[in-house]
Amino acid sequence: MTATVQEPAARDPKRDATAEDVLEAARQGRQPKPPLRPMRIVLHVFLIATALAWLLPIGTAIYNSFRYYESDTQVNGPFSLPDALTLDNYRDAWGVGNMGTTFFNTAFIVLPSLFLILLLSSMVAFACTRYSWKFNIAFLVLFTAGNLMPQQVLFQPLFQIFKRVPWPDVVSDTDTGNLLGTKIAVILIHVAFQIGFCTFVLANYMKTIPTEISEAAAVDGASVPVQFFRVILPLTRPALAALGTLEFTWLYNDFFWGAVLLNQGDQRPITSSIAVLNGQYASDFNLIAAASIMIALPTLIVYLLLQKQFISGLTLGANKG
Amino acid sequence: MTIPIDANELTAAPARGRRRPRFRVSSDKAWLVAMVGVPAFLHIVLVWIPAVLTIALSFTEWDNLAPLSDIRAVGLQNYWFIFTVFEGDLFAALFNNFVLIFWLTFCSVVGMLFAYLLDKNIRGSRIYQSVYYFPVVLSLAVVGFIWKSTMFSRDRGLLNVVWPGEPVDFVGDGTKLFAFDLPWLDPQLGLSRNFAALLVAMAWRHIGYIMVMYLAGLKAVDLSLREAAAIDGCNEWQAFRHVIFPSLKPINVVVVVITVIEALRAYDIVAALNEPRGTEVMGTLVTRSLLGEGGGRVGFGSAYGVVLLLLCLGFIVWYVLNHYRETDR
Repeated sequence: MTATVQEPAARDPKRDATAEDVLEAARQGRQPKPPLRPMRIVLHVFLIATALAWLLPIGTAIYNSFRYYESDTQVNGPFSLPDALTLDNYRDAWGVGNMGTTFFNTAFIVLPSLFLILLLSSMVAFACTRYSWKFNIAFLVLFTAGNLMPQQVLFQPLFQIFKRVPWPDVVSDTDTGNLLGTKIAVILIHVAFQIGFCTFVLANYMKTIPTEISEAAAVDGASVPVQFFRVILPLTRPALAALGTLEFTWLYNDFFWGAVLLNQGDQRPITSSIAVLNGQYASDFNLIAAASIMIALPTLIVYLLLQKQFISGLTLGANKG
Repeated sequence: MTIPIDANELTAAPARGRRRPRFRVSSDKAWLVAMVGVPAFLHIVLVWIPAVLTIALSFTEWDNLAPLSDIRAVGLQNYWFIFTVFEGDLFAALFNNFVLIFWLTFCSVVGMLFAYLLDKNIRGSRIYQSVYYFPVVLSLAVVGFIWKSTMFSRDRGLLNVVWPGEPVDFVGDGTKLFAFDLPWLDPQLGLSRNFAALLVAMAWRHIGYIMVMYLAGLKAVDLSLREAAAIDGCNEWQAFRHVIFPSLKPINVVVVVITVIEALRAYDIVAALNEPRGTEVMGTLVTRSLLGEGGGRVGFGSAYGVVLLLLCLGFIVWYVLNHYRETDR
């Protein structure tokens, strides 16, 4: 390893950009420029190699989803030039998975759940952080801890509860007269479960809004609903956007509740219906790839468009306040 | 459902050392009670009560298609059964869950390393971040199928490129990679190829997740801390070990909880791929006993569920205490 001429003799050339570099640059009022030392190059090679490895599964899946399996990929290998490109896998997977229906089911479950989760959890967070009463911390603890519970532990009693709640068949697609097996049941458990996490995050966020704002509004005669809808909620918008993005993908990605609460395949949301691919198409790997990509597509699009929101949604929960 | 709010206690959150403005309007109290009451009702009825009922059901014998009056208390019989007669199922699942805890912890450390590297003001850092991070938006069920379609298969799976021996079908092959005997346990415990393959796919998703957490934490580390470390002549490792890592404590707590809870709750990828041989985890064990033919063995499944709950509980309590002890009241 050769040190460059400008390198001060005392400095270990192997050392990468340290705090010193950053500080020196900060003092001179410029962005610290990463010096292109050998270690930097090694680092970049490492990062590029890992990034390629990261893209390998999905890249190969996308490429091969446009190829025939038995006549092409299986014979020529996943990286060879294609004999022919085709959309047949997508068409077949759409039919096999009954994806028109299951996508609709997902929308029917996810959109109302999302709205209710954000509304209810911001209400709890508002009442628990902007006002002090005896048990506000206790309530926050209740919600936080509830969200960490393993779902499998809840589901048998839930099953029984839903079975005993009457629900007119007119507004569901079952004929049992109770909530079990309806999409409403899935919405309810999503809302109940996810308000735990969202309350936690929103409470952390609302704590950082200065109390003076509420006091000023109170002096002006703002009632509680005005305080909530007109004062605090608009100030919470960044957190709501971030949480909304994150929760959308979580709800969309839910496998468990859709699978155990909804019996018939046609009623399940798209992610829960994926197990249908274990059937007679289990060895047509390109069809599986096409199906997986279609299911992944909505969340990937959300990620590409709203990456910043998505990431801040996750980290809001980790960074207090 | 009564909400334990003493209406007289309702006061606007005080700034420290100020007079608390009190409520005069009773409709405001009603609003606040409703704002907490409705969500709390849902959360308690659909999350906490079922959790408690599961504990209760674990001491009973009941076929869930039978009427409620058929529930029979059997004491610890279910626990006795799962820990003796069906110990093979229980310990195989527990073993896989513990493997998962260790593996995901390792992945968390890797994620922290990635975050540390990407925090070094690297050219194209954003692009690297986006690449490492995108699997996080995918459901583990979908991750399972993407990997199944390209990585696992015997004919053309890419894992077979790096696999030293004969090509194998990574999902569908229950052969144990290693196994060992326990003196008091009949079947051997070990890690199956099936499960090892799923571990790799899970790492793909978990590393990015943790990386994002730490990146946010590292960005928040006070520059003057790094300055002080540099002035005191710390080398990179010392600065990380003694200055940066301790200042990341809130993130560390969250990451430990995420990692352990994710490992214990694991279900989606195993169930979506039809529970290949040797991949049973606590989540599938609970679900299978409860949904099984003939209405399911509710007491059994619940006993498995209680074991799972107990494993999670310690971490939940630790996390909640950690968070709310430091929070201002």
